[in-house]
Amino acid sequence: MARTIIPFGPQHAVLPEPIMLDLVLEDEKVVEAIPSLGFVHRGLEKLVEKKDFQEFVYVAERICGICSFIHGQTYCQAIEEIMQIPVPPRALYLRTIWGELSRLHSHLLWLGLLADAFGFESLFMHSWRVREKVVKIIEATTGGRVIFGSCKVGGVRRDIDAATLQTILKEIVAIEKDMHEIVDIFLEDSSVKQRLCGVGVLSKDDAYSLGCVGPMLRASGVAQDMRQLGYGAFRDLPLEPITRPEGDSYARCYVRCQELFQSANIIRQAVARMPEGEIAVKVTGNPNGEYTARTEQPRGEVVYYVKANGTKNLQRFRVRTPTFANLPALVKLLQGCNLADVPILVLTIDPCISCTER
Amino acid sequence: MPYFRMAKLALKWAVRRPATQRYPFEPRQAIALSRGALAFAKDKCVCCTVCRKKCPTGAIGVNRTQKKWAIDRLRCISCGYCVEVCPKGALSLSTAHGIPTVTKDREIYQVETPATPKPAAAPKPVAAVAPAPGGASA
Repeated sequence: MARTIIPFGPQHAVLPEPIMLDLVLEDEKVVEAIPSLGFVHRGLEKLVEKKDFQEFVYVAERICGICSFIHGQTYCQAIEEIMQIPVPPRALYLRTIWGELSRLHSHLLWLGLLADAFGFESLFMHSWRVREKVVKIIEATTGGRVIFGSCKVGGVRRDIDAATLQTILKEIVAIEKDMHEIVDIFLEDSSVKQRLCGVGVLSKDDAYSLGCVGPMLRASGVAQDMRQLGYGAFRDLPLEPITRPEGDSYARCYVRCQELFQSANIIRQAVARMPEGEIAVKVTGNPNGEYTARTEQPRGEVVYYVKANGTKNLQRFRVRTPTFANLPALVKLLQGCNLADVPILVLTIDPCISCTER
Repeated sequence: MPYFRMAKLALKWAVRRPATQRYPFEPRQAIALSRGALAFAKDKCVCCTVCRKKCPTGAIGVNRTQKKWAIDRLRCISCGYCVEVCPKGALSLSTAHGIPTVTKDREIYQVETPATPKPAAAPKPVAAVAPAPGGASA
């Protein structure tokens, strides 16, 4: 049968950011997908040679607009490990709360985009209505809606007072109630299930050997979550990774839906155990050494490699973002799928191209 | 029942007020901590240049001899680092967004030292100096 090549992207209705996939088709079936990247490359990894290592937190945070806080946090963790800075416990707890708020708003954003991709406009609007409440908490505590600007080397730049923490707890209860309403539709509605169940099955072995991370890996039955490493306040907070054995699009949706409630639970525990004390320590001197920091972003594991040589500018800086790790699995998923399922499959890896291009 | 899951939520919101704000009919309620445009109090500044050194984007320029303080609004990312380090409290972040600009001129202020305070005049931005790369000095 004659083959047709259909370009998918870089501009496409389901893609908020530019990635291009050349889809080789036989009739309606995709036989091969050839990805092209590099449309929004910014060269941030080279910028460390010009920016002071403390100023670079701002740049690291702007790698991505959605998982911004955890980018900044991971960078700070790497520098703090090199310089052996004892970060105050209160700062670690505040970082954890902001990190989980960022996971909440990222997953709600993704649920909305997924609903939009399978043509469920009203569900998309409701997901983003709930997300708006989370974003409001973030703005009330940090001053920014998506760029937190609160993490710095040695701690955090802002504190949350006790009254605001109690307000957050009340808000979280209301948000959880709203989330139950929309998650019920995502997981139980027959039209949504028809669109997701059995679409793009990734086996456990494939997920592992292709190097998947985050919800993509957990939806294929591998219980791996970088928060179990115990960074930040996770050394005190117990965490059980949410897994699902099927490995299809429904499983990936399920894992993210349940992670919403897990994040809300973590925020509740962190507020209850919040220690008193300083929120930052003074940083003197320059880093000398190298470190690889790993944290769990909404999209999966992010790896920061930082190498410093004792001057105020770093020598080498490298980021391995979760979307980059999930792209080989996407190419594998697309082989043999229907053309109509391509938007769903592209979305279920939760693509963040700005992260990938850096 | 797997059908009509959405119907309950849709009906509930059909009779409620919209979740969005009816802007511009209802005024925008600013959140107290919101990081907006940088405000400069020219009567408090002592031209110590700490804000210029700490600005991560190089948006601020200070000239000690001419007593001038300048900001490139298009470079400022409202991070608030300068507000934290200013020893005299001359800088603050307002909750409002900055006014729209159509040119890349910098806002230049003549600093009035605290020793000789002049009668309060509206801080009228003077945009005449060409933008210096890196925001070295005003």
